[in-house]
Amino acid sequence: MFEIGLSHYMSLSAILFVLGIFGIFLNRKNVVVILMSIELILLAVNINLVAFSAELNDLVGQVFAMFILTVAAAEAAIGLAILMAFFRNRGSIAVEDINVMKG
Amino acid sequence: MYTAVVFLPLFGAFFAGALAFAAPASKTVKARHDKIAQWITCGCMMLSALLAMNLFYDIVFGSGPVTIELLNWIDSGAMEVSWALRLDTLTAVMLLTVSITSTMIHVYSIGYMHHDSSVPRFMSYLSLFTFFMYMLVTSDNLVQLFFGWEGVGVMSYLLIGFWYDRPAANAAAIKAFVVNRVGDFGFLLGIFAIFLLFDSVNFDVIFTAAPGKAADTMTFLGSEYHALTVISLLLFFGAMGKSAQLGLHTWLPDAMEGPTPVSALIHAATMVTAGVFLVARMSPLFEYSDTALAVVTIVGGSTAIFAATIGCVQNDIKRVIAYSTCSQLGYMFFALGVSAYPAGIFHLMTHAYFKALLFLGAGSVIHAMSDEQDMRKMGGIARKIPFTYVMMWIGSLALVGIPPFSGFFSKDMVLEAAFASQTGVGAYAFVVGVLAALLTAFYSGRLLFMTFHGKSRASKKVMDHIHESPKVMLIPLLVLAVGAAFAGYIGYEYFVGGAADDFWGGSILILPAHDALEAAHHVPGWVKLAPLVVGVGGIALAFVMYILAPGIPGALANTFKGLHKFLLNKWYFDELYDFLFVKPAFVLGRAFWKTGDGAVIDGVGPDGVAAATLKLARRMARLQSGYLYHYAFAMLGGVVVLITWYLFSGVG
Repeated sequence: MFEIGLSHYMSLSAILFVLGIFGIFLNRKNVVVILMSIELILLAVNINLVAFSAELNDLVGQVFAMFILTVAAAEAAIGLAILMAFFRNRGSIAVEDINVMKG
Repeated sequence: MYTAVVFLPLFGAFFAGALAFAAPASKTVKARHDKIAQWITCGCMMLSALLAMNLFYDIVFGSGPVTIELLNWIDSGAMEVSWALRLDTLTAVMLLTVSITSTMIHVYSIGYMHHDSSVPRFMSYLSLFTFFMYMLVTSDNLVQLFFGWEGVGVMSYLLIGFWYDRPAANAAAIKAFVVNRVGDFGFLLGIFAIFLLFDSVNFDVIFTAAPGKAADTMTFLGSEYHALTVISLLLFFGAMGKSAQLGLHTWLPDAMEGPTPVSALIHAATMVTAGVFLVARMSPLFEYSDTALAVVTIVGGSTAIFAATIGCVQNDIKRVIAYSTCSQLGYMFFALGVSAYPAGIFHLMTHAYFKALLFLGAGSVIHAMSDEQDMRKMGGIARKIPFTYVMMWIGSLALVGIPPFSGFFSKDMVLEAAFASQTGVGAYAFVVGVLAALLTAFYSGRLLFMTFHGKSRASKKVMDHIHESPKVMLIPLLVLAVGAAFAGYIGYEYFVGGAADDFWGGSILILPAHDALEAAHHVPGWVKLAPLVVGVGGIALAFVMYILAPGIPGALANTFKGLHKFLLNKWYFDELYDFLFVKPAFVLGRAFWKTGDGAVIDGVGPDGVAAATLKLARRMARLQSGYLYHYAFAMLGGVVVLITWYLFSGVG
């Protein structure tokens, strides 16, 4: 039977991570996508943590993953709230329109 | 007492100069200031002139030459220079001439400049000018002489540009200054060369050592030259600039832009005579260089004829007299060139009187004609200003050399000396001198006839307004007329006659081989008669052309159109210099400005650095796009770099 080992988990995690990164940088449309990409990156990290936790028989990794999930949920809530406020103010959440962070 | 002669004008100049800065508010106060300035400067000058007469008598007929040490100036190694007054016959003659003419010009200026807005300044300049000329003629060494030399240069600049709100006056002032600098460069080199050869700039040392150095040579750029010739030529180049000789004369006619008393001062007593004085003073050097003397003669003779030809066609009354000065300076120089220094100085003295008289007379005419200077718009005013008319006649007759006026004695002496020198250049000088005498007589007559005789060509308004000048202007004319009439007769015996040797003492050196002055008394009768004949002939010719048949000049000008234009444009000297020096200087200056300074220095330096910074900053600013993902990407990049470095450097 084909054994699913650590390297598979890490590969998956890396793929998700890179997807998330590209989601942030190549995305030209929607800020929501950026938020989702950040979520994806965090989940990739979680997979890594859980995989190593199981491999090394160390529960700390899984505890850490729980914390990350919590933080991610909070982040998503705050991020969406900011997004709502932003949309109300500017009438657009297209990435290209958001370029006021400069001198 | 002797020192006072020199420093009184300086005192007057300072006093009047201080008043010029006062800038009083009310008109009455200003008028009082003007009065004070006029009285102080004139008083100082009169006192100075009286003392100068006393000094002249003492030095020449009494105690003999003296040197008064004032104070030590430069004492550095072999270079020892003192402020000292060297008073010998040559200096005394110059002091006498300068002080009398300058005093008369001061007094005349009271009347001529009375409605000018800055009288104290003018009087101050006049006095300072005179002081510098005094300094020049009394100097005991070349450095002090150079101080006076530059001083008169500066003062001429200030006086020619006195009406500084007129562009033409400013241009003329700058021109005078720059052209003089060209000559001064030669003079400076001459001083350097003298110091090189003699290790001293003091006249006593130089003159004593000169005979011993007569055969010395100087090496320049690998070739050897006769040292005294080089020195003499360099000094003469300086003299050419100051005395407006052919080539460096262009500033003199333009100097007419200044007020008329200034023209008189520059042309008669101060400034232009400095060159003649310099050559006479340096006679112990010039005597040992036949080449230099020949050059002096040729330049002098050429200037005499050249300026006279131009004088014949000018229409501005002051310009005619200006070219006449130029021409007469030529006479003085060729007299010096044939070693007849006393004759040159004699002519300088008589010329100072009659030229000052002519200029001040012309000023009186201009004053009467409501500031009209063009002779074509004058005529027929003899009856309205009879005094000025008579004065102008006296001045002109003296200039032409009609006995018994002073020019007759000095000019004849100059021409006879040229003839008697028995050299090729002397003969050249004699021929052009006689020709120039004819032209001199012609343009003098032309000036008189055009200005005073015939029908009036002025407008009725001007004619109604014509009036004789006030007494304060006429009395100086009278004094100068006395000088112009009798100076030649009185001075002849002492200056160039039998008593000349005693008179000059050791102030002028003439080698026995150069006996033109002595031989001048034994020339054939026709030589003595020739200047008089051409003088009378010239005036007669002018009489025919401008009174009897006034159509002739116009017809002549039409027939010889090219020649007339050539002369009217002053031999195109200004145009030539403009083409040769002024334009290239402008081009060169523009090139240095545009490429040298603008493109290279500014472009690479301040401007370049500023531009580069700005460009870089612009590029850097583009990094800050405002897009979140750009920033995040930079962060990620940073993390990647850090981790890579961490992994591969083995820090961990």
